Amino acid sequence: MSAPSMSKTGSKVLSRIALALLYIFLYVPIIVVIVMSFNSGRSVLRWEGFSLDWYVKAFSPGPLMSGLQVTLIVALASTAIAVVLGTMLAIGVHRYARGPLARSLATLPAFIPDILLGIGILSMFGLAKAAIGLHSVILAHASFEIAIVAAVLLARLGSMEKSLEEASTNLGASGTTTFMRVVLPQLAPAIVAGAALGFTLSLDEFLMAFFTTSTNSQTLPIQIYSMVRFGVTPEVNALAAVMFVVSLGAVLLAQRIVMPLMFRRKP
Amino acid sequence: MTKPVRSYRSRQTRAVGAILTLGIPGLFLLLFVAVPLGVVLVSAFFKRGRIGGFKPEFTLENFAELTRPVYAQVLGSSLLMSATVTLICLVVAYAAVWAMRTLTPRGRIIALVAILIPFWTSFLIRAYAWMLLLGDAGTINGALQLFGVIETPLRMLYSPEAVILVLVYLYLPLMILPLAASAEGLDSSLGDAARNLGASPWRSFRTVDLPLTLPGALTGAVLVFVPSMSNFVVPDLIGGGRVLLIGNVIQDQFLVARNWPLGSVLALVLLLLLVLLLVAQSMVIRRIQGGSK
Repeated sequence: MSAPSMSKTGSKVLSRIALALLYIFLYVPIIVVIVMSFNSGRSVLRWEGFSLDWYVKAFSPGPLMSGLQVTLIVALASTAIAVVLGTMLAIGVHRYARGPLARSLATLPAFIPDILLGIGILSMFGLAKAAIGLHSVILAHASFEIAIVAAVLLARLGSMEKSLEEASTNLGASGTTTFMRVVLPQLAPAIVAGAALGFTLSLDEFLMAFFTTSTNSQTLPIQIYSMVRFGVTPEVNALAAVMFVVSLGAVLLAQRIVMPLMFRRKP
Repeated sequence: MTKPVRSYRSRQTRAVGAILTLGIPGLFLLLFVAVPLGVVLVSAFFKRGRIGGFKPEFTLENFAELTRPVYAQVLGSSLLMSATVTLICLVVAYAAVWAMRTLTPRGRIIALVAILIPFWTSFLIRAYAWMLLLGDAGTINGALQLFGVIETPLRMLYSPEAVILVLVYLYLPLMILPLAASAEGLDSSLGDAARNLGASPWRSFRTVDLPLTLPGALTGAVLVFVPSMSNFVVPDLIGGGRVLLIGNVIQDQFLVARNWPLGSVLALVLLLLLVLLLVAQSMVIRRIQGGSK
């Protein structure tokens, strides 16, 4: 009996070492960026003293802040479009087109390679001789976010009980009343989840924005790209540290709030 | 139970509802997804405009351009690099998921969330972090010199190996998550039974675990392979422009060389590769599922 239990402890130790290595690999780059954001010098090697100068630099007017502004506008506007159209699409597919084809068509845009959609929208605007800028980035982002909102909602609609809706109709409520007071409240958590997912993806989206934007409306990822292309830029470290803390907070918040709401009524 | 309820609604309201809920988003998707894709397809047959754009005259010369050795080479190296990245991710993810099976169920969830957290951080920032680590005056070289392991800095940045490393770093979670999901349904008693019957660990893995987790692994493989193929930021930042992948060439044709039709042709080649990959994936999954019956 001792031989198998020995090998079991052995494999347990081995797997703990493997996991430790994995998390070192995943987190060391982020930790280096965060630590260096507090370094007063430009070096990523020598610690030259604690300072918040790079934070001040990152958050004073400049390319990073104008990029952040554009990114927030794009994310808010595209998510607003996607929530409305994605919700309509999911309800439409769920009610009127229940085949697998409609379902795949509705979620297809999320799977099209972003580079293809990006150059497609650029080419379309080019052929139509229309100017590109903030509006074309918003439309490009909305086009894949719709699919994401619809996918989340379709999953929720599939697990929803029909009986409440039927009861409401049988008690004489009109279609609109049933929708507003019965269907929509049940869908709300999924709409929030879909919107949050779309918003987050839009914040970080690079390729489509890269092709569909003009020079005076560049999103934050594009600004960061053009800054770091030419080497280490400490103010990017500071912004990266803030972004990491914000996204960590958002993930933990989602874990706490959105997930239980989403899966509360799972049969 | 749905039939009697539906009869309350007249046919007309149903038609109006369908037109509203499907028509409006449908029109948007037609305009900003279907038409752009159609434009890429059609413009592959157009002549190039003088400063970007197209001249709507039919030609096949863009496809003839593809036969030039430089494009075949770029395509070959893109495929090779994405395949290498996918393979490394696959091996690391199997090791990770196997290691996670020794954790408690709660521990496994925490471990998976911990894999997702870096993934939710901006991918540009995560790529940039490796510029700090790998540079000649970077953190790794600094640490190695401090401990006297090396005297002159190692050249790590701006090499194909560095590009592969960073792509693995960026996309590893996309492999681990589907694999972990498919391993979650695995009954560990099956593997125990195989080993108790005298199968070696490798044999029990190959005959029990591998076929059962293959659908998850294939999903992960597609999720990793696709963005690796079209990524041009990592080859640019980490490869220093010395590593040229298909994404870089498409970007160059559109924004620098201003040969939009050729860019469209290359994008279509990329799409064709991805479609072939998806077809192969679904064929393999169907074969496994057919075989297990």
